[in-house]
Amino acid sequence: MATMTEHDVTQGLSTDPMIPQLYRIDRVRDETDDTFTLSLVPENGDAKISFLPGQFNMLYVFGTGEVPISISGSPAVTSFLEHTTRSVGIVTKAMGLLKPGDHIGVRGPFGSHWPLNEENGRDFVIISGGIGLAPLRPVLYYLMAQREKYRKIVLLYGARTPEDILFRKELERWRGKFDLEVQVTVDRAASGWRGNVGVVTPLVARAPFDPSNTVALLCGPEVMMRFAIMELQKRGVPHDRMYLSMERNMKCALGYCGHCQYGPGFVCKDGPVYRFDQIASVFGKSEV
Amino acid sequence: MGAGQRSSPEQRGRGMTPKAPRFNSCLIMSPAQLDQLLQVLIKRDYEVLGPTVHEGAVVYDHVSSTKDLPVGWTDEQSGGKYRLKRREDGALFGFVVGPQSWKKFLFPPVARLWQAHRSNGLFEIVPEVRKPTKFAFVGVRACELHALGIQDKVFLQGPFVDPVYKLHRENIFIVAVDCIQAGGTCFCSSMKTGPKAGAGFDLALTEVIQEGRHQFVVRVGTKAGADLLSQAPHENATPADVECAENLVAEAAKHMGRTLDVNGIKEMLYRNTEHARWDQVADRCLSCSNCTMVCPTCFCSNVEDLTDLSGQQAERWRKWDSCFTTDFSYIHGSSVRSTPRSKYRQWMMHKLAYWFDQFGTSGCVGCGRCITWCPVGIDITEEARVIRESETFASAAG
Amino acid sequence: MIHTLESVIREHPFFQDFPAEHLPFITGCAKNVQFPEKHFIFLEGDPANEFYFIRSGAVSIEMVIPHLGPTTVQTVGEGEILGWSWVSPPYRWHFNAKTLKRTRALVFDAKCLRAKCEEDHDLGFEMLKRFANIITERLDATRLQLLDIYGHDD
Repeated sequence: MATMTEHDVTQGLSTDPMIPQLYRIDRVRDETDDTFTLSLVPENGDAKISFLPGQFNMLYVFGTGEVPISISGSPAVTSFLEHTTRSVGIVTKAMGLLKPGDHIGVRGPFGSHWPLNEENGRDFVIISGGIGLAPLRPVLYYLMAQREKYRKIVLLYGARTPEDILFRKELERWRGKFDLEVQVTVDRAASGWRGNVGVVTPLVARAPFDPSNTVALLCGPEVMMRFAIMELQKRGVPHDRMYLSMERNMKCALGYCGHCQYGPGFVCKDGPVYRFDQIASVFGKSEV
Repeated sequence: MGAGQRSSPEQRGRGMTPKAPRFNSCLIMSPAQLDQLLQVLIKRDYEVLGPTVHEGAVVYDHVSSTKDLPVGWTDEQSGGKYRLKRREDGALFGFVVGPQSWKKFLFPPVARLWQAHRSNGLFEIVPEVRKPTKFAFVGVRACELHALGIQDKVFLQGPFVDPVYKLHRENIFIVAVDCIQAGGTCFCSSMKTGPKAGAGFDLALTEVIQEGRHQFVVRVGTKAGADLLSQAPHENATPADVECAENLVAEAAKHMGRTLDVNGIKEMLYRNTEHARWDQVADRCLSCSNCTMVCPTCFCSNVEDLTDLSGQQAERWRKWDSCFTTDFSYIHGSSVRSTPRSKYRQWMMHKLAYWFDQFGTSGCVGCGRCITWCPVGIDITEEARVIRESETFASAAG
Repeated sequence: MIHTLESVIREHPFFQDFPAEHLPFITGCAKNVQFPEKHFIFLEGDPANEFYFIRSGAVSIEMVIPHLGPTTVQTVGEGEILGWSWVSPPYRWHFNAKTLKRTRALVFDAKCLRAKCEEDHDLGFEMLKRFANIITERLDATRLQLLDIYGHDD
């Protein structure tokens, strides 16, 4: 019987989507006491970074695990990649211990993106809560870079306490320089905080945008998005001009492992950004 | 051999080999000649896999000759029950499907994806070296051919191609087998996936045991099938042979153990996501995940990142997973689907409804395994029927 | 254009569809008022005999909690209503209200209004309907704040 010749079928790194690319940590910035931003540079110097606002990468910490984290940097920057994350589980806690010079594995970018090209001449109302501001920051960079194309841009942001507000300095800068209306509210505050205390919902009710010509982008805890959508509906914003970023358990980000299934779709490829009318029938349904 | 009985191919002329058979032509082989076909496959370095009897069930394993097949065995299946019983006619394929499906070869239950080594803070990923395989699947049922096609869509036709599946899938030789008896939990007729093997095979066999004859009517599906067949002894089939085979299969189609009304089933399930029946099935479902393990189309997996004690070597593995496991939908401190109700609903709605939106077909091929291997005999066809009938009664009453 | 007290009240969303015949009485209960920054409009335990329309500025509703110190649980801003404790006995404020900046408001004599509502149940119902709305909104908000949705979740 003839022996079978064994030949290597080595999968090239680029053809096997489960193999991470190596990136080096260039900077670590602490945003709040449990949230930090990593700036990553590809180990392969020629690689150019390219993504669309709303997309995410799978970040691998050697030997610990891999998690999906939205890209939080500017889409115009091609030399480094930014990810802002809370330190909540095993992998993100391990990630929080990494220092400049350490390495991390990156797969992606994956998923759908916020609608930007088609929305010239509209008002934008951006509604975010907690860490949800991070996946929206690329949108803000994009909008600020061509501010003249849009009319009113309103950012509504809810956080736990004033100490948990993300990107405070940048928000101030945008508010001043780019005609961005920023309204921040917190769940509670020590006396001395002179801003809003309360939930985002009443801010949506009163925000200065024209419902007949507005695109709404939402990212934050599902319950916050639910209430915010109710307010947007009350003001007459149609379902096909509301976009939200959903989250589910992800293992492969390729549409195989099945963990991120959300109704008839996969959050890793049909989302994470969804136009609301596409998920209106399952959104808010319990245990879907 | 009495008058009126047909002679066997061997008696008519020792293993006469006509010129290379054409596509869609029908040939005849005896069981001995089938064995010779298997030997050709083995000689051509195929890893020949087929049904075998092991620990009271028919499972897929290496076969080196027709003797390794479940000769003279049949299966009795019903909800939560599977038994092998002897049969008197010496049939090679006289059963339907067991607890395993062919997916275990193309989508292995456990697979290492890569290794990584760390030194001086830097780490390097070493992709897995995979040997190309040449599988020959012998005894693939019509429903299983459809299941292969369904998994092809998942792993090969999406935005990303799974290299493991692709590697194993490329060089497969398939010998399909028509079912000449329907299983106790089968409903391929309802799903239009059998019992006759449709497209996707290299060769298809119908086992005919009648009037003292035991032979296989062979259909050629591809050039590769024709080529292989030309290396093994066989004869041309007569129209009577072909008709006999077709009748057997048509009979099987009429005796399915279950039926499923698939008319508008996707929409029907979408209308009934809060139906009381889900609570009722939740009272019985153990979330044991047997159904997902035996199902030939279920494809969920888990990714595990491991490291050794030194912390310098790491590996990534992919393993079968099930939407019934506790942490399958875990996010932000708890699972989105934590109750048996929501998990069963997710599984059944994915299989019969969401799959259409995701892949354009049903996810179910009607093989009945989930019914047979459910410890409490939950029957997907029954669940669908109850929900559908409640709508009919509601609209009749209203 | 001079905004008369009546026009300010009539145009306020709170009084949308309010029966015209009650407006003069309501207007009679109201007067303009101004507060400087960091001023306690009322304190926990004080008699609750007023409620306020905030015309400009902002007010923080706060409690003093032993281990947290003075903590703001809600802010009330321009166009919003401050105070509902006047509706139910024992008619005492449950929280402190402190201005965050210079604030202008309309203050309503709730003691007088309470008496009139007892006499005229139609008026009473119209007022209670509207305050029930405010309380529901605050309850929804409070529940969301309680859920600590941005909080730690591992």
